[in-house]
Amino acid sequence: MSALFKGKNGEFLLGPLSKNNPVIIQVLGICSALAVTAKLEPAIVMGLSVTAVTAFSNVILSLLRNTIPTRIRIIVQLVVVAALVIIVDQILKAYAYEVSKQLSVYVGLIITNCIIMGRIEAFALANKPWPSLLDGIGNGIGYGMILVIVAFFRELLGSGSLFGCRVIPDSWYIANGGCYSNNGLLIMPAMALILVGLIIWVHRSKNKDLIEK
Amino acid sequence: MNKQGNTYTFLYSVVLVVIVAALLSIVSLSLQPRQNENRQNEKRQNILSAIHVSSTADNSAELFRRYIKEQFIINAKGEKVEGNAFDVDIAKQFKQNAEKRELPVFVAEVDGAVKYILPVYGAGLWGPIWGYLSLNGDKQTVYGTFFDHQGETPGLGAEITSPNFNNQFKNKEIFSGDLLTSIRILKGGNATGKNEVDAISGGTITSQGVEAMLKNYLSYYEPFLKQR
Repeated sequence: MSALFKGKNGEFLLGPLSKNNPVIIQVLGICSALAVTAKLEPAIVMGLSVTAVTAFSNVILSLLRNTIPTRIRIIVQLVVVAALVIIVDQILKAYAYEVSKQLSVYVGLIITNCIIMGRIEAFALANKPWPSLLDGIGNGIGYGMILVIVAFFRELLGSGSLFGCRVIPDSWYIANGGCYSNNGLLIMPAMALILVGLIIWVHRSKNKDLIEK
Repeated sequence: MNKQGNTYTFLYSVVLVVIVAALLSIVSLSLQPRQNENRQNEKRQNILSAIHVSSTADNSAELFRRYIKEQFIINAKGEKVEGNAFDVDIAKQFKQNAEKRELPVFVAEVDGAVKYILPVYGAGLWGPIWGYLSLNGDKQTVYGTFFDHQGETPGLGAEITSPNFNNQFKNKEIFSGDLLTSIRILKGGNATGKNEVDAISGGTITSQGVEAMLKNYLSYYEPFLKQR
């Protein structure tokens, strides 16, 4: 088993978590990262959905890579990704109805998430299924991880709760005689962009080699 | 076989599409019963929240049976027509001509008192808004409301779902004498009258949408509401 993760394979899985992160290094998939991070629960479900889609689409297209006619390459990729996204959407509607309502159109829009097409083009079409699977999972988790970090701060500071449970005591609020109030700005998508910017800042100041000269 | 040739490309795409289509049909068919059940549970929960009964997806069917004593459909003249009120698709009926519309009524009993629950549907700023309005047995005062929306702005228009907005409607009057006044939604904390509530700051267009939605639907139900 350990041989499966040795050398480059481990790098395929772990690289996207930090130094090759799709969101904070390649700055892909920002649109949905802004839209679904107001609460933690939808952010986690979105991260898992994207991970499932990147992993399966990478494996399927890696298996098909030697049969695909070059001229319709992109169309074949789109058909596979679209089919997977619809399956994820249907499963969420059946088993996680509340969350699927919160995610609304953004599940369908996973199709247009640049990370997925990017990984297929850049990786799956040139590599064997096992490394492609690792690469897909790694990139999906790398994306989901940033979503969860952003959603943690947005939900905590914007709604005073985590996973929908109140964590800021009621007595702190101005309405109850305290001196605290939720920051409505954090509910807005613009604040997610600023948070992503802050994460990039922190990440680059820890990893000096990432700073462009 | 030449993998870049026209024949291969054509066959490849046909086979791929057929396989994917078959797979998606299977997934869709096998998950449909569960999805429909989710949708019905949601509708029950929405109707129940208009009479201040909070429910979860699991107990909504049981609570719905306990509280909703009768449901029927009326036409624009206020006469009962055949059909199952729960199955009426409000969004579809909204697009119909007024005289053809099927208008569902749910009759609930809360602590021995009769409440009428009427669905409402209209347009907000970005998309449709809808909800349920419950009236007391006198068909004159509001008992409770429930509003939902497709894509109103979070923190602004989307606040129509908040308890603060909905609680204002309780005990408001929709008739002034014999005249249907509906409920007015006013800006700037000027709502003092018996048929006025305060609009949402920053959500003016959505608030106006709610006002228009209530006015329209109460006028559709007017013949029914005047049968006392």
